[in-house]
Amino acid sequence: MIGPALERNEMLRLTVAGSVAFLALWTLAAWAGLTSRQFLPTPWEVVARMGELIVQPFAGFTLGAHLLSSLQRFAMGFVLAVLVGIPLGLAMAYFRGVDRLVTPLFEAVRFVAPIAWVPFAALWFGTGIGGPVLIIFMGAFPPVLINTYRGAKFVDRKYIEAARMLGASALRTITQVLLPAAVPSIVAGLRISAGLGWQSLVGAELIVASSGVGYMMVKGQAAVSTATVMSGMIAIGLVGLLIDVALRRVQRRIERQRGL
Amino acid sequence: MHAVHAAAPDRQPWLPRLGWTLGAAAAARLLWQALTVWTGWVSPARFPTPAEVGVALRQIAIDGYGNARLHEHVLRSVLLVTMGFVVASSVGVVLGLAMGSSRRIEALVNPVFLVLRPIPPLAWIPLAIVWLGLGDAAKLMVIFVSAFVPSVINSYTGVRQIDTPMFEAAAMLNVRGWRYWKEVLIPGAMPSIFTGLRLSLQASWTTLVAAELVGAVAGLGSILNQGAQDIYPAMILVGMASVALCGWLMTVGLGRLERWVMPWRAVA
Repeated sequence: MIGPALERNEMLRLTVAGSVAFLALWTLAAWAGLTSRQFLPTPWEVVARMGELIVQPFAGFTLGAHLLSSLQRFAMGFVLAVLVGIPLGLAMAYFRGVDRLVTPLFEAVRFVAPIAWVPFAALWFGTGIGGPVLIIFMGAFPPVLINTYRGAKFVDRKYIEAARMLGASALRTITQVLLPAAVPSIVAGLRISAGLGWQSLVGAELIVASSGVGYMMVKGQAAVSTATVMSGMIAIGLVGLLIDVALRRVQRRIERQRGL
Repeated sequence: MHAVHAAAPDRQPWLPRLGWTLGAAAAARLLWQALTVWTGWVSPARFPTPAEVGVALRQIAIDGYGNARLHEHVLRSVLLVTMGFVVASSVGVVLGLAMGSSRRIEALVNPVFLVLRPIPPLAWIPLAIVWLGLGDAAKLMVIFVSAFVPSVINSYTGVRQIDTPMFEAAAMLNVRGWRYWKEVLIPGAMPSIFTGLRLSLQASWTTLVAAELVGAVAGLGSILNQGAQDIYPAMILVGMASVALCGWLMTVGLGRLERWVMPWRAVA
């Protein structure tokens, strides 16, 4: 315990002081003229630029359209990771042979940073949709698999044995015993996956894409428009935050249903 | 014996485990050979054959590829990550501990932190390039940013998870100043600090590879970049394997350090 919570007034004062100090330092640095304003715009210039990007197309699209195309790719890669990760995780938890074969391979591949797949993504898919989707998949897949596996592995053996004894097939045991028990763990994994997937997507768009927020930032970088790059960073941060908040609500609801 | 097994269902003796691992590796190797050479289902233009990878590995190790030989690429990347990671995590841990131990500091710093936190490390790359170009300074900046956030968050959480009696005892014994940090905050938060360091290391490694992919003179990411430009799948695979191996070795090293620093905690 670190002393009592601060009084409301003091909390507010300090929060405001912190924010103001940050913005003031930033503004002063921009005004000081150490570098040109193009390199270091003031905070409100970034906000203004963001407003502009929402209305006027840059690098082919408006900010909204870039975001939409990023989100579309993200959804595809994420859904793919879920569709492969959950069944494979359950199978690994149930069949020992699958576990023993897949685990070493998975461990080996997991240490390849998702972004390191970029060259193969470019080689296999060119500039098509497949490249970014592959990279998001590589980012989002491990947490889904690991959490599904762990969630299913910690099911009390006697439930599995009871189900088997009552004549349930392997498939039925997996879908009706393991899967429901693993749901909280899976959902926790999905949150991590979504975060990593979104990050990997941004990285992928820096290199292999011709639309999306990452692409917009690269174009901003090429045009030496720091305000554009910062607008992209803010947009990416906000959307990532929204995705996380949405998944957290799902997680809370499920935990409440389970009485956790 | 039976009870031990029930408690840890997937811990087998090391010999059979090693056997399965080797078996899986051999199966993967055979499958690879079959797909690329024996059946030709996967064209060599898309994925290299094992023999090609061997050639590429020899080439980069002896003659060099992309401005440097393999060990020079590795050394450069690992050195950059180590430098950025050590600086960022030292600053980050201190800030996190300070935020954890004082509600005032927390309230003061939090607004800035809340803005920076959701921005993925990779999204800093274009900004680093605009500001610092394609050299080492830009790499250090992105490594710093990616390693900083997790170490702050987890050090902060670590302090907040210390049991209340610990603080009460410290207050009663009048432990203050440097001793308070050394004997209460740091050891109490240590497990969580290490969780943060692991995340930091992973993030900074990934980010460095990405930054080198975008542009660099040498380093593991530049092998990937050069390989992609030359359409040289075998070299791309060598680059990926090196990235994975280095990442793995650094993680193992950090795990060793963790056990050395916290001998009282049996790390699973």
